Parts: sequence; structure tokens; C-alpha cells
Amino acid sequence: MVSRTTTRRALAALGVGGVAMAMTLAGCSAGGGASSTDGSVTLSYLVDNGEATVVVAEALAKAFEAENPDIKIDVQTRPQGSEGDNLVKTRLSTGEMDDVFAYNSGSLFQALSPDQTLVNLDDQEWVGKLDDNFVKTVSTDGGTYGVPMGQSMAGAVIYNKDIYSQLGLEIPTTWDEFISNSEAIKAAGVAAPIVQTYGDTWTSQLFVLGDFNNVLAEDPDWAEKYTDNKAKYVDEPAFAGFEHLQEVAEKGLLNEDFASATYNDGVSMVATGEGAQYPILTFAASQLMTSNPDAKDVVGTFPLPGPDADTNGLTVWMPGGVYIPKSTEGDKLDAAKKFLAWLATPESCDIQAESTAPQGPFVIEGCTLGDDVPAMISDMQPYFDDGKTNLALEFLSPIKGPALEQITVAVGSGITSAKDGAAQYDEDVKKQAQQLGLDGW
Amino acid sequence: MKSPYPTWFFLPAGVFYVTLFLVPTVASFWFSLTRWTLFDVEFIGIDNYVRFFQEPPLVQGFVNTFIYAFVTSGAKVVLGLLLGVLLSSQIIGRGFTRSVIFFPVLASTIGVGIMFKVLLDPFDGPVNAGLEALGIPGPGWWTDPATALLTVAMVDIWKGVGLATLIFIAGMVAIPQEYYEAAKVDGASSAKTFWNITLPLLQPATATVVLLSLIGGLRSFDLIWAITKGGPGFTSDVLASVVYKQYQAGFFGLSTAGNVVLFVVVAAIIFPLSWWLNRKGDES
Amino acid sequence: MRNRVWRWTGGLVALVIAVVIFLVPFVFMVFTAGKTQQEASALQFSWPTEWAFFDNLMTVLSTRDFLIVRAFFNSTVLTIGAVAIMVVLGAMVGYVLQRRRSRWNPLINFFVLAGLIIPPAVVPTIWVLQGLGLFKTLVGLIAVHVAFGLSFCILLFRAFVAGIPRELDEAAIIDGAGPVKLFFRVVFPLLRSVIITVVVVQAVFVFNDFTYALYFLPGDQNATVQLTTYNYTSQAVSAWNLLFMNVLLITIPPLIMYIFFQRQIVAGMTSGAVKG
Repeated sequence: MVSRTTTRRALAALGVGGVAMAMTLAGCSAGGGASSTDGSVTLSYLVDNGEATVVVAEALAKAFEAENPDIKIDVQTRPQGSEGDNLVKTRLSTGEMDDVFAYNSGSLFQALSPDQTLVNLDDQEWVGKLDDNFVKTVSTDGGTYGVPMGQSMAGAVIYNKDIYSQLGLEIPTTWDEFISNSEAIKAAGVAAPIVQTYGDTWTSQLFVLGDFNNVLAEDPDWAEKYTDNKAKYVDEPAFAGFEHLQEVAEKGLLNEDFASATYNDGVSMVATGEGAQYPILTFAASQLMTSNPDAKDVVGTFPLPGPDADTNGLTVWMPGGVYIPKSTEGDKLDAAKKFLAWLATPESCDIQAESTAPQGPFVIEGCTLGDDVPAMISDMQPYFDDGKTNLALEFLSPIKGPALEQITVAVGSGITSAKDGAAQYDEDVKKQAQQLGLDGW
Repeated sequence: MKSPYPTWFFLPAGVFYVTLFLVPTVASFWFSLTRWTLFDVEFIGIDNYVRFFQEPPLVQGFVNTFIYAFVTSGAKVVLGLLLGVLLSSQIIGRGFTRSVIFFPVLASTIGVGIMFKVLLDPFDGPVNAGLEALGIPGPGWWTDPATALLTVAMVDIWKGVGLATLIFIAGMVAIPQEYYEAAKVDGASSAKTFWNITLPLLQPATATVVLLSLIGGLRSFDLIWAITKGGPGFTSDVLASVVYKQYQAGFFGLSTAGNVVLFVVVAAIIFPLSWWLNRKGDES
Repeated sequence: MRNRVWRWTGGLVALVIAVVIFLVPFVFMVFTAGKTQQEASALQFSWPTEWAFFDNLMTVLSTRDFLIVRAFFNSTVLTIGAVAIMVVLGAMVGYVLQRRRSRWNPLINFFVLAGLIIPPAVVPTIWVLQGLGLFKTLVGLIAVHVAFGLSFCILLFRAFVAGIPRELDEAAIIDGAGPVKLFFRVVFPLLRSVIITVVVVQAVFVFNDFTYALYFLPGDQNATVQLTTYNYTSQAVSAWNLLFMNVLLITIPPLIMYIFFQRQIVAGMTSGAVKG
């Protein structure tokens, strides 16, 4: 008979758990707008734990506190990459997010269900001061949610100018020129023609993602078609990115240690002339200024070239945003709005530009980079001035398949053919689109 | 007459287990039938399971999971037993050697993963530098699709064999000395003693090591994550890393479905095995 | 005679192999932790040309306002609390499970194995913790570790209770011991060597875990030591020297604990024989 009481007790315990769940589901979560007795408010501000990110966040917090003595900003950190993505989603969905947090814009931002989880800021006056392209990347049909943090950047090729001038090479404006330059570098035997760094898998995606300017040049509506399940990576023009990756691997143009080298190694290789060209995001400027500051004027930038020299241009990434979750209420919400408004001022831009090397132009009216930027960044300006830029796909479509970096590593290492890789990625995209509940998938 | 083994001994453990493990797990089984983005839940029946079985790396993941689990657990049982016998016999420096072998168990997995990634770097790593000095071309270790999975398995064995050894030693300590004394009186050789006394009486310890290392191997993920992240490409992906990646990608429904699949696969192996091992144990 | 030869040669061979295979990688770690950042980034297996060991130690300790010190405190409380609870409760279950034949045993065995096999469900677990008001607290994290760690303990204890003769129980019952006294006074002390095994293994697991800490105990003031390695893995320039120094630091407590218990295990060797 003992057994029966056990079951009953177990059921009682289950009941407790069930009640607990029901309570949370009904939204009785703790937290909210507590403020200390002396009228000051403390905001916790969550950023990723990249060294540059933390330095900037601390500097901004200090400057803001100096102007607003009654608000304290307490910087908290989280891991980067998809672990961090998960953490952000988990905390938002359980109502435990910090008062203010920094996170990507574009497709990753869309995955946060902003209308349900974030405070709509479209009534704030600073929204009018932002670049329209940026506003799109932190907005849904229901509102605008974020203020920019950092600068825009490009997915392009950084290259060693000394090697180029030594061998008398011109900046390539078509893919064929790029390949012939690389062959020339290989023949000269001075450096690895093209650097790849699969020790950090995310770096393998640049041939595909950074090629998007050329995709749009061929088909301006490609992003919409892609979102509507009408354009695929197995077909041209988008297939070119996968093809290029296979081509450079097959022609033996990569550094010997491409499989194990890291992003840091890649940047240093270009800086020291061990490698000649490296497709990467231009936030590499901050890494360059940390590890090889003497190469400030040696490393330059050019866009990933496509089939046509006339449409040669940069694929641009927007900066991430700073957002307020709905769990921030009362005094804290007022303070948080004040903080975000201040982040959109030139003063805040200056602090950001001083704390870490810039990676591209700002997207806030009245913010400028100093004159003393690395060549990598000044090389980008003409493309912006001539309007030869296009946004990267992740800012034009909510869908980005999560397995792209694994697939591009497989293609770049010769494990998978470009054709199979592209087909795998199309499947991956389909999964993501279904997950987002988009129509037509 | 009340039983001297009261059922209420189960209760305190049951409270923890039920509230923090069983309830969430049952909830997540339901979520595996939904499209769940943490913000919205939509019931879609078994779609997730259908989708999960269409995953491109899945077939390879299944194969890799079994290779990894059997290689690591087999090696741990054999090496652990040998080391256990060796380190409970009368040799010098026994305590120190035991500590040294157990040492890796104590180190954090993240730390060990990073360390071996560096040591086994195909180009800059000390191991290959050492091999080169001996005139042997070093393999590509974790960057070569052919060896990536086995490299991680090797590190796993290195890290886990100390625990298996410890469990075997604890098992040998529990064997009453009278048996050995009796065997000595009968003039049995040490090999015979091992075969007829030690091995059968070690049955519970062996069962424990087999079960733990097999479950660990089938579910293993942290070392793979720290060293190869399932790469290069998908060549060292196992079920657990596929599931984790889906989770990271925010496919929560899909990844809980994957977890259920993983659970079923592991259970299909472990439950019969556990039942068989226990039955054998009861017979002896 | 043969024994003496075996004693020495066997011992020495075992020792050398163990040191080469199991200790050398750690030596590499210590060397790297003692190098300057410039030299460490080359990742050579070499004696540091200049020892920066102490500077690195100070840098690691003082990173983010001595975060690691607080983390050590948190991790220590967490480990002691979680392991103490799960060892006692796990032993109780393993003991009754082994001793008592009941229709419920298969079900309980199923749950025990399920606890080992099923990976934890993060989000629903957070909901339960929130409902109990234990989310973001050390107590909550301790409870989570107990729930996830019980299965392992039960499995081990069940295996070893089997080795204790029932005659002992019967003798104690005849002497008038109740179930509680029987278990805590008679059986529990006999489980010493396996208790030490479980304590060491689970303490290491809890101390070295970082995923649960990441999800169930968010916030820098709550950091546990494993999370501090993140400070170095994500830096712009990989500071291998600081990273390995950090890994060394967080390996020390389990090591000390093990060395301490190692003696106990050896001492327990002789008392292993149960005189019925």
C-alpha cells in the first residue's frame, strides 16, 4: 500500500510544478521597475563579451553617467555567436532580459519577435536622424525598435598593398581579374594568394555573403524572390558565390593552413605580407589596429568582384542595434529611453570612434569618422560616395539559413561540390523560412 | 512487520527529480510537436520528426554517433580495467600514478578542448612539430575529414579513462580479501584468480562503466563542440551536435524533436543492455 | 622475488607512460601560462624565455574587478551544496532500490536511466524555477544540479550496495535498528569508497559545468568559474597565456580536492573487507 501514497505524493509534486508553470505562463514574473531610495535608477546594459564591445560599452556608460548623475549604467556581458543568440532569446521569452541590450539588426533581430518582446520607439525624435537603410533593419510593420551601435561595414576583400605594388597588380573589378591576380601572386611565390581561415568557421561565408552586390546587379528583385521561395542558390546569379569558393580551392590558391587558421591569423597574415588577399568583414580594422597597428596603411580594401566591372561595388552590413525589452517598466523605461536617445548623438559617436578602430561610415546624422582612419576604411569611402553599394541579404530578407558556415567550409575544403553545397543551403533556408512561418514555404 | 527498506527513502530525491527534470522534460516532449520560436507556439503534429529525418548531416551523424560511442566506451572499459588491475596491485608509485591518470577528469572540458586543439594543430602544433623532428609526417588531426572524429574520440578517452579506472579500483576494493586468500590456498595462478574471482565480482563495476561511458559517448557533445564544432563541414557531427545546432539556430521545436529521437536511440541501446547487465549481476 | 621485480619495473613503466601521456599536455599549459602574450601566440612547446607567470596571474585575478574571486566563491558554494544533497539522496534511493524487490523497481530504474539519457529542457526548466522563485539564485542552480546529477549517483550506489552482504542488515535489525539507523549507521559508512568516487566525480562535474550556469544563473555578479574562461576566448587578440592561466586556476580546486580524497581512498583500501 506504500506504493499508492508514493504515487499520490508524486502527483502532488507534479501539481506544484504544474501550478508553477501555469503561473509563469500567465505572466506573473518577478522583476520590473524597482528603483533605489535616493531617486537614482540603475540600468543593466547587456552587450556581447568581445573586448572592443565591452570597452566601448564601458566608455559610453561612463560618459552618459557623467551627464545624468541620477542614472547608473551597469554593463553586463554575454557570449558571442549563436550561444549568445540563444541566451538573448531565452531571456526575452522568460521575461528576464536586462533593462537595455545590444543585439544584431536585420534577420537576427527579426527572429526576436520584436512586436511581442520589445518596446516600440518609433515616436522618439532621433529616429528621423538615422539612415533609412538602418531604420529598415530594426523595424517591423509594427514599429521601430533600435538605435544603432557602431558603424556600418562591408563584406569585402582586404589586401596587402605592398604585394600589389611589388607585382604591379591593379585592383580587380571582375572575378577573372581577381583570379589572374591571384595566379600571379602564386607564381611569384611571395605569399599565399587568398587567405581562408576555417578555424573560425564564420569567416568561410564571405565568398557567398559578400558577393550579394553582384547578385543584385544581375537581378534587383532577387531578395524579394528569395523571401517568396522563388529564387534559389543552386541557380545563377546566387550560385556564383559557391562556385567561386570551389574554384579558389581547386586552383590551390589558398594558404596551406586554411583548415586550422583563425580569423586573427588571417588578419595578421595580410598585415605581415604572408597572405595577399582575405575576404572578410571590415570590422577586421579593429583587429588590425590591435595586432598589427604598424600595418595601418598597408592593408587596403576592395569589393568582391563579380562578372561585370561596371556594377562592381561593396556589399554593406548595417551596425547592430540597442533595444529595450518590454520587461523594462516605470522609471527604468524612462531612463532607458533617455540612454538610447543619447546613444544617437554625435557625442556618443565620437566616443565609439575613439574607443575602438572604426569599421566603416556611421549611420547617424551629424556623425563623422576622424581623418585618421586605417586605409582599409578610407578605401571604402569612394564606393559610398558614388552610391556603389548594396545591402547584404540578411538586411533585405528575414531568412538566413543557420548551417551556411558549415556548408561553405565543406565546399572550401573540397569535401562537398559547389552544386551540392548550394542545394544543401537551399534546404537549410527552407527550414528557416518554415520556422519563421513565412507564406509560400 | 514494516519493511526495513522504507519507500519514503525515494521521496526527497523524487521531489527534485520530478519538479526540475520530469515536468520540464514532459513539457518539452509536447513542444516537439510544435513549431516553437520561444515566442510563438503552433501545433504541427509530427512535421518536426519528418523534417529531422531529412537533415542532410543526419545519416552521417547517426553513423558518427555509434562510431564515437563504441570506440570511446570500448577503450575506456578495456584500458580502465587494465589500469585498474595494474594500479591495485603492489607496485611502487601507485598513488601518484593513479592521481596522474585521474588528473584529466578534473580539468574543465572547455580547457581540455582548447588545449588539444592547440597541441594537435596540423601546422603550428607541438605534436606535429615533434613528429616532424622524428621524420614522421603528422596527420591533419581535427582538420582532416578522415581523422577529425577519431581525434576527438582519442581526447575523450584521454580525459575519461581515469574515471573508469577509479570505478574499477573502487570495485576491486569492495571484493572481500577472503576470496583471494582462499584462491591462494588452492594454489590458483594470478591469471586464473583474475578470471574466476576478480572479473565476476567486478560485474557491477563493469556494468556501471559500460553504461556510463556508452551513454556519455552517445550523448557526447562538449568535446566535439570545443574541438571541431562538427567540422570540417559536417564530417564529425554526431546526433547531439546536430540537435544542439538546431537549438542554437532557434529551431526549438525541431531540436526537442531531435532530442526525443536521440533519447529513443540511446534508450533502445541502453535499456536492454542495462537489463541484461543487471540480470547477470543478480545471478552472480 | 618475481613480485619485487614486478613491483619496480611495472611501477616505473606505468609511471613513465602516465606522466608522458597525461601530464605533458598540462606542462604545455603551464609553460604557455608563464609566457608573455607575444611568445605565447607562437604556441611553441618551449621553456618561456622570460617568465611572466606572476604578471599573468595578477592580470587574470584582477580582470573585471576581481570577478574570478567572486566566481570562485560562487562555484565553491554551488559545488558543496549540490554534491552533499545528491550524495545523501542518491545513496538512499540506490540502497532501497537494490535491497527491496518491488513491482515499482523497473519504473524507477527507467526514470534513473532516463535522467542520464535525456538532455535537460532549458526553457521549461526556467519556467519551473521562476514559478518557485528560484531563478537567478544559487539555490535554484543547486537544485537543478541535484535533479540532473541524481541518476548518476543512484546508478553507482545501487551497484555497490549489491556488494554489501545482507547478513549485516539482518544483524542490525535483530539488534533493534530502525530503517534510518540501519542505513545511516550501518550501510552508509560501508559505502565509503564509492561515496568518495561519487563525490569527486560529481564535484568535478558541477564545478566544471558551464551550460547550466549560463542559463539558470545569469548575470555577472553570479558568475561561476567556468564562465570566466569566456573573458579570454573572445578577445580580439587571442591571449593564450591568460586563457591557459585561467584554465590552470580553475583546475586547482578540483585537484586539491582529489589529492585530499586520494589518501582517503587508499586508506579505505584496507577497510574494504567486510567481516560479516
